[in-house]
Amino acid sequence: MTAVHDAHTAHEAVVHGTHLLRWIPLLPLIGATINFLGGRRIQASFGRFGVAALATLMPLLSFVLVMASFFQLTGLPVEERTLVDYVAPWIHIGSLNADIALQFDPLTAVMTIVITGIGSLIHIYSYGYMDEEPAAWRFFALLNLFMFAMLTLVLGDNLLIMFVGWEGVGLCSWALIGFWFSEEANAKAGNKAFIVNRIGDFGFLLGLFLLFWTLDGHGQSTIVFRELATAAGALEGETLWGLSVATLVTLFFFVGATGKSAQIPLYVWLPDAMAGPTPVSALIHAATMVTAGVYMIARMNFLFTMAPITLEVVAYIGAATALFAATIGLAQNDIKKVLAYSTVSQLGYMFMAMGVGAYAAGVFHLMTHAFFKACLFLGSGSVIHAMHHEQDMRNMGGLRKYMPRTFWTFLIATIAIAGVPGTAGFFSKDEILWKAYLHHPALWAAGFAGAGMTAFYMFRLVFMTFFGECRADEHTREHLHESSGWMTWPLIILAAGSILSGYIGIPPALGGSNPFEHFLEPVLGGHGHGGVHGHHDLMLEYTYMAMSVGIATTGIFLAYLMYNRRLINPDWFSRAGGGALYKLIYNKYYIDEIYYGTFLNGTIGLARMLSWFDRTIVDGIVNGLASITLVVSYINGRIDHYVVDGLVNFIANFTGWFGGVMRRFQTGSINAYLYGIVVVVTAVLFASTW
Amino acid sequence: MLAEVGLHHFLFVGLALFCAGMFCVLTRRNAIGVLMGVELILNAANVNYIAFSRYSAGGYDGQVFSIFVIMLAAAEAAIGLAIVLAIYRRFHSIDVSDMQQLHW
Repeated sequence: MTAVHDAHTAHEAVVHGTHLLRWIPLLPLIGATINFLGGRRIQASFGRFGVAALATLMPLLSFVLVMASFFQLTGLPVEERTLVDYVAPWIHIGSLNADIALQFDPLTAVMTIVITGIGSLIHIYSYGYMDEEPAAWRFFALLNLFMFAMLTLVLGDNLLIMFVGWEGVGLCSWALIGFWFSEEANAKAGNKAFIVNRIGDFGFLLGLFLLFWTLDGHGQSTIVFRELATAAGALEGETLWGLSVATLVTLFFFVGATGKSAQIPLYVWLPDAMAGPTPVSALIHAATMVTAGVYMIARMNFLFTMAPITLEVVAYIGAATALFAATIGLAQNDIKKVLAYSTVSQLGYMFMAMGVGAYAAGVFHLMTHAFFKACLFLGSGSVIHAMHHEQDMRNMGGLRKYMPRTFWTFLIATIAIAGVPGTAGFFSKDEILWKAYLHHPALWAAGFAGAGMTAFYMFRLVFMTFFGECRADEHTREHLHESSGWMTWPLIILAAGSILSGYIGIPPALGGSNPFEHFLEPVLGGHGHGGVHGHHDLMLEYTYMAMSVGIATTGIFLAYLMYNRRLINPDWFSRAGGGALYKLIYNKYYIDEIYYGTFLNGTIGLARMLSWFDRTIVDGIVNGLASITLVVSYINGRIDHYVVDGLVNFIANFTGWFGGVMRRFQTGSINAYLYGIVVVVTAVLFASTW
Repeated sequence: MLAEVGLHHFLFVGLALFCAGMFCVLTRRNAIGVLMGVELILNAANVNYIAFSRYSAGGYDGQVFSIFVIMLAAAEAAIGLAIVLAIYRRFHSIDVSDMQQLHW
């Protein structure tokens, strides 16, 4: 191990070189390549187990490497906790220097542990879940490719490498959502995810360009994160269009984050993404890809801290999303749709944390959420698998008896997401709510209401699915069974994580020291405390903690009364206000329809207009030119025919006629020739003497 | 009174010979007759050469030229008779008025 002094940074930050990091993303890429190229043959000769074993081994090995790097990192002094793997030079144009280089610091460590750890579990689960899939090799290849892209995203040490991963996860998401592409709805959902993500990516690119452009103007051209932290100081006081450049750059980056992390207004793709196989939903749409936006903001926290306006926007968008998605979740009947809106809502909490400057709290929630949301999705997958791809909760019920392992793990994860004290969700969500309250009570109120709804709809889901009478038809009920060990063991591990992962970040108010936050401090800095560290009222914090526990309990109790004991008829709520409110929520506020009516029809209308313009104006000009050319060439042809050819023919005809005249002199009679000669010679003689 | 024979006498003999040769060439229908006419014309020219050579200070040039003309006449006669033979083989006639194939 060698200590490399980075010459560019003012503080002479010490980083440690390594050649291990490149294998973390590379191993899944190798797995993906093998399965893409030869997976069909492997599956033909070794069965599904062959491709699955290969595909699972790769992220597992990556996980081992991540853990090795993690322990190497913790063995270093706090201020030197950055491993850098310089792989190869890449783009050097003008003042732009982007190299293929990976970095591993505490934030990356958290992300990679989540990605490879939970990712590996999901790979194992997928073997059980995709047990009737003829194209399993394609599925596992795509999963591995996705792991590669996501690991590139979080390991990249500059913005361009991050962007490569950023686009890569979008691509894999598209391919995996539309995995069963023979059904048009699935293919369309994949397209929707990709297109909506592209809108966000456009923002990301604009932010990247503007940032580089401005820094370049100050001679500070760099896109490497470590160097940006100091170079970003050059943005101070810079303005563009009356806004500070820092604000603009971060707003653009935030647009990118809303696309990837499904925030208002670009969240619409995530619920539709449930069209993909359930392990995909767990991997991409709960644990990893959707956290890319949160990770990106945490990675560039120094930049966002410079832009208070952006932070306000982030916080309020996050709070709005948390509340908004939670209300939609109240009325959904598709088990995966509920979880999808719950994901959108939980991501809103993370953004709220980012917006109030509590970066560590946001990342903490990201990690705990990854555990319980992966567990929930995989649990729902187990249910869907047992129910023969039935996803409507109204046709479930009483599954507790048939699938106890799935039930218990699902229940634990539900308790965690509801924020019951002692679970991971409680610690992380409560910290966010408290930080939000310190920033502005309105944010807290939105998060508080959202937390209550989360508890309600999650327990509504549990009661409708696992309790009561089984509402499935006879045939399905006969085949109800607990899923295989391939599926239940990952569930058990994730359920354990849903509880235990919270204990690494117990806040001081509860007697802990929050080692998680301290671990992240070198990256997220002291401002991770939102500038309110220290002198706050402990009693107040306990009060608010009690309140959030109270609302969670209320939500759970209400769900119990409505969907288990049936003491309150749910219809009473759905009919309130003439049923209009319920209809509004049930139809997801008609956002999809509004987008369809405005943006989609707008785009299609514009395309039609342009096509009309093309066909009439542009084609008209082209056709007109063609017609003119035709007329000109006709005239030209006539001139050629009559004038040029006429002249040539005239000369030929004249020559012919003249020859005809002259040949009469050639009689063939030798006497005549001789007379001619004599006459002419005599004439010449006379003429010359005359 | 009889004058001494001079240049003019010879020139008149040449003229007579030329006219006879020309008349022969123009009137004969027999190809050999035509050739004979040509010979007469060439010899008219010879007479003139010799006469000029004798009566003017030209040295022997005229006589040399007449030798050349005799050679030329011999060659012309050889080739001309060969052609006449070939024509006879082809047409079984040596009448020049029969030979009008060379026209258009």
